[in-house]
Amino acid sequence: MLPDLSRDEILRYSRHLLIPEVGLEGQRKLKASSALIIGTGGLGSPVALYLAAAGIGRIGLVDYDVVDSSNLQRQVIHGTSTVGKLKVESAKAKLVDLNPNIQVDLYNEPFTSENALRIARDYDIILDGTDNFPTRYLTNDVAVFLGKPNVYASIYRFDGQASVFYAKEGPCYRCLFPEPPPPGLVPSCAEGGVLGVLPGTMGTIQATEALKVLLGIGESLIGKLLLYNALDMTFDFVKLKKNPNCRVCGPNADIKELIDYEEFCGVPSHDHEEGSAGAKWDITVSELAERVKTNHLKLLDVREPHELQISALPDAQNIPLGQLAARLSELDSAEEMVIFCKSGARSARGLELLVSAGFKKVKNLKGGINAWAKEVDKNLPVY
Amino acid sequence: MPVLRIPTPLRSYTNGQSEVNISGSNISDALTDLTTQYPTIKPHIFNEGGDLRPFVNLFIGENNIKDLQGVDTPIKDGDRLVLIPSIAGGRDVA
Repeated sequence: MLPDLSRDEILRYSRHLLIPEVGLEGQRKLKASSALIIGTGGLGSPVALYLAAAGIGRIGLVDYDVVDSSNLQRQVIHGTSTVGKLKVESAKAKLVDLNPNIQVDLYNEPFTSENALRIARDYDIILDGTDNFPTRYLTNDVAVFLGKPNVYASIYRFDGQASVFYAKEGPCYRCLFPEPPPPGLVPSCAEGGVLGVLPGTMGTIQATEALKVLLGIGESLIGKLLLYNALDMTFDFVKLKKNPNCRVCGPNADIKELIDYEEFCGVPSHDHEEGSAGAKWDITVSELAERVKTNHLKLLDVREPHELQISALPDAQNIPLGQLAARLSELDSAEEMVIFCKSGARSARGLELLVSAGFKKVKNLKGGINAWAKEVDKNLPVY
Repeated sequence: MPVLRIPTPLRSYTNGQSEVNISGSNISDALTDLTTQYPTIKPHIFNEGGDLRPFVNLFIGENNIKDLQGVDTPIKDGDRLVLIPSIAGGRDVA
């Protein structure tokens, strides 16, 4: 029995009621529906806003982070006034302002193997707005085990991918990508960044697909992968088939319960720590500031060249991490050296590379040039 | 000549090219041609055994080569190939 719409709701949703594919019954279906959104970031922002506006009766938001000003270039559900506040609280305030008729449930916690099934069980559909591989595989497996559709999108710079993974009717994420890339291989982390509007486009496509699936209308992205490139303004589609060897949804699936996804992907899903190479190899910015007063130290900057326009240390040699292995001959292994990047993770990998090549007098600048900008040279910007 | 579309994450290994002309009568030959033209892309799409890595898919038109004849799938002039790697999205660079 579908819930009735109030007089206010009929006015609010009148543009939906005028579309025969939605109509009064469809709007009542939406009111009876529930959607779980994993992440309230770049993708989660438009997803949550449009699903709330569309009148999905109950929306769950999972996030454990706080709003940072660097989020606002793309995470439009938050605002300058909510910087420093919990993302789920910030998002809820916007959603209930947009539509006070809906219920918003908050899960201010990381989405993990321990809580994921409990959280997702009571929702009709799951929307994957995560930013990392461990949570993506977790979200997929939860959707497969609970028999729910998983509306997927992923972004990188100018590229977006979207699909609806629904193992009951088509392939799952693992059918397409059985395994994640090893850390640091593809795509190169050194080339991160994203056009702010890209997750807006992709999240809006996710919201569209969720509404279609919940209403049972149109042709969904089940069994199809949408590839969008904002720079070329191209939309391409490819067909996805169920992988008979899929380890979670195939006929001989051997993964029957949630696993340790951080171990599976070889990367932490909830790590906001500054990059460190381990205490033995790290040097702090204050130690470095002392050292350079008295000693000559070679500084090696492994960031991309365009990042040097944002901030740079004088006399540092720039060799982007991706070129380091091929350009070792430019470095003197006998010289004392400090390797750095933006916040320490890329340089930790660079350090590993140097050490394995026989360099012994090399240290990793903990926290990178951003830590230097925060603690030593406040004229440098943090990015 | 078949054309291979290169996704953004892999373009740094193709001198920024978004599309690359590749020659060969099947996928295997075409990929050999690709890695001859752009050797640094090789470890990013193949594992040590020479197989496509599990986080990279290759499509001809709209079909995954896994659903065709894998690397033995024949290709012809005008075919449009696309490499599709997994992307995580949104994570900040450290």
